[in-house]
Amino acid sequence: MALFEARGVTKRFGGLTALNGVDFALERGIVSIIGPNGAGKTTLFNVFTGLYVPDEGSVTFRGQALLGLRPDQITALGVCRTFQNIRLFANMTAIENVLVGMNSRISLGLWDVLSHSARFRQSESQLATRALGLLDRVGLQANANVVARNLPYGDRRRLELARALASQPALLLLDEPTAGMTQGEAGSLMRLLRGLVADLDLAIILIEHNMRVVMEVSDRVTVLDHGEKIAEGSPREVQASPRVIEAYLGRRGAAPRGAHGA
Amino acid sequence: MIQALLSVGLVAASALGVATFPRSVLVFLLFQGSLVFVYRARIPELLRWSLLVVALLVLMPVIGYFNGYYLEVATQVGIFVVLALGLNIVVGLAGLLDLGYVAFFAVGAYSWAIFGSPHANVIFGGGFPLAGGWFYPFLVVGLCTAALTGVLLGLPVLRLHGDYLAIVTLGFGEVIRVLANNLDKPINITNGPKGITPISRPPTPFGLPYGEYFYFLVLLLVVVVVIVNRRLENSHIGRAWEAIREDELAARSMGVPLVRMKLMAFACGASFAGIMGVLFSAKQVFINPESFTFLESIGVLAMVILGGMGSIPGAILGATVVTVLNLQVLKGFSLWLNELKNAGVTVLGYSLADLPTQFEPAKYERMVFGIILVLMMIFRPQGIFPARRRQRELTPHGS
Repeated sequence: MALFEARGVTKRFGGLTALNGVDFALERGIVSIIGPNGAGKTTLFNVFTGLYVPDEGSVTFRGQALLGLRPDQITALGVCRTFQNIRLFANMTAIENVLVGMNSRISLGLWDVLSHSARFRQSESQLATRALGLLDRVGLQANANVVARNLPYGDRRRLELARALASQPALLLLDEPTAGMTQGEAGSLMRLLRGLVADLDLAIILIEHNMRVVMEVSDRVTVLDHGEKIAEGSPREVQASPRVIEAYLGRRGAAPRGAHGA
Repeated sequence: MIQALLSVGLVAASALGVATFPRSVLVFLLFQGSLVFVYRARIPELLRWSLLVVALLVLMPVIGYFNGYYLEVATQVGIFVVLALGLNIVVGLAGLLDLGYVAFFAVGAYSWAIFGSPHANVIFGGGFPLAGGWFYPFLVVGLCTAALTGVLLGLPVLRLHGDYLAIVTLGFGEVIRVLANNLDKPINITNGPKGITPISRPPTPFGLPYGEYFYFLVLLLVVVVVIVNRRLENSHIGRAWEAIREDELAARSMGVPLVRMKLMAFACGASFAGIMGVLFSAKQVFINPESFTFLESIGVLAMVILGGMGSIPGAILGATVVTVLNLQVLKGFSLWLNELKNAGVTVLGYSLADLPTQFEPAKYERMVFGIILVLMMIFRPQGIFPARRRQRELTPHGS
C-alpha cells in the first residue's frame, strides 16, 4: 500500500474543471508536480490538505481516507504543507510561528494552562527546545525572536518550512519553496530537503517551477496540464515526453534541450 | 536612583495630597498618574511591585476613608479592567471583533439578580431571595452561564469574519438587552424595564464596609483575571488564537482546530464578563436593561483599542483612562464651570452665566471620547501600551 494515494480527483469551480480525474501515488522520497501556470497544482495541494473538498475521487494517507477530514485533523495525521504566497503569522516571532505548528502534538487541556501544572511547564520548555532545534536546522536560530514580518524573503520561506516540520509530518507538501530565491539559495534549500528526507523518514511532494531544481532533486515527476495528468515518471523520462514539451512550449515548438519552466 | 526616589515621592506626596484635599479631582488624578509612572519607571522590580501593592492595598482604602466616592471610582475602574481584559482575549488575541460584549455582563448580572432578590418568588413560588452567602457560588454560576452564552453566540458566527462578525455580535448584544427588557411576560423573568431590586449582598468579613469590601473583591478578581490572561497568552492556546487572528487558513493548515479555538475564545472572554456581572449586580443592588446598552459594549471596545489591542497592561490602562474620564474628569469640569457660572465670573467681558446649558462638558462626554479615539488612531494607532512580543531565551536548553 502506498503511503499516500489519490485516485480520480476531480474539482470543478462553476464551469471550470480545475482537476480532472487526477491519479497520484507516493511511496517515499521526493515527488515533484510540475506544469504551466493554472495547471491545477495548487488546487491539488488544497484537496490533499483538506482546504477543498473534491467533487469526485478519493485521497488516502497510510490507508486512511482524508476526504471529509478538517485541515487540522489531516495535519494531526502527519500531512503538512507550505504555501505558494508565504502565509506566516506575520506579527508573531519566528519561534512562535514554529510553536503554532506544534499545536496538533500538544495534548494539554485548559486546566493545565490555567494551573500552570508541572506537565504544562515541562511541555512548554520541551516545545521551545524543539522549536529552536528546527530553526537551527533551517538556519534561523539567531532570528528566533524576530517578528516574522521583519524577516527577509528567503528567511520567511525557510521559516514556513520549519513551521510545517514542527507538526512532525510524515508527508510534507511544499508549494514552490524556491520561488524568488537565487540559484544558490535554491540549491542549499534542496540539500536541506534531501537531508530531511534521509533523517526524518519524510516524504515530500514538491510544486516547483525551477526545472534545474526539479530535475536534480526529484525521485519522480508528475506533470499536470489543464487539470489533467499528462506525464509521470523519472525526471529523465518526463523531460523526454513529447506531451510535456508541447504543454510547456506549445504545439510544433522546436524545443531546445533542458526546456525551462513556464 | 532618581527614578526610584521620584516614584516613592510621587506616590507618597499624591496620597498625602488626596488626604489633605479630599475633594480635589486633580490631586486624585495625580495619584493615579503616579501609579502609571511607577509601572513604567526604570526601578528595581521589587520596589515597583511593593509600591503598587502598598498603593492599591493600603493607600487606596485610606483615600476611600476620606472620600468614599474615590473608592467607588476605583471599584468601577476594576470592573471595567476585567471587562476590557475579557474582550481583549476575543478581539485582541483571537481577532474576533465583538460589538455585543456587554451581553455577557448582562447574563452574569441577571443570573444573580434574579436568584439573589425576592423577584425569583414570582417565578418559583417562594423561598427567595437566596441568602447573601450564595453570592460566592453564584460567581461561578455567572461565569458558567456567560461562558455557555459565549459558546451559543460563537456557534452561528464561526464562519463570519470582520465586518460581518461585528454586525452579528452587535445584533446579539441588542437581542440580550431587548430580551431583558421584554421578558416580564408571559413569565416575569427579568421584570422588564423596571429592573430588579433589592439584590442581596454577601455578608462582609471583618465587618468591612461595602465600599471597601467590593473594592478588595474587585481587586482580587483583577489579579486573578490578569494571571489567567497571562497564562493563556503564553500557552499553546494563546498562540493558536493569535495564529487565527493573523491567518485563519494557515492556522487551520498548521493543525489549529478552528472551531474549538474560536469557541474557547468566546467562552473565556464571556466568562470574565459573567463573573463581573454577578459582582456588579450585588454592588449596585439594582439592575435594569439600561445598564447594558450598545454604548457600554463600544465603551469597553474603546478601552481595549485605546490601551493597545492584545496587550494586558494596555487593557488595564485603557479601562482606567476611559472610566476616570467618564466619571471624574468631564463631570469635575462641569462642576467647576457651574461654580464659575454661579459666582458670576466674566471672561473677556462675557458673563459665564449666559453660557447655554448645552455647553456642559458632562453632556458631551461621548464627543470628547470620540475626539480622543480619532486622535489616537492618527497619532498612535497601536494604542498607549502596545502588545510586545515575548522574547525567549535562545540557548537550546534554556527557557
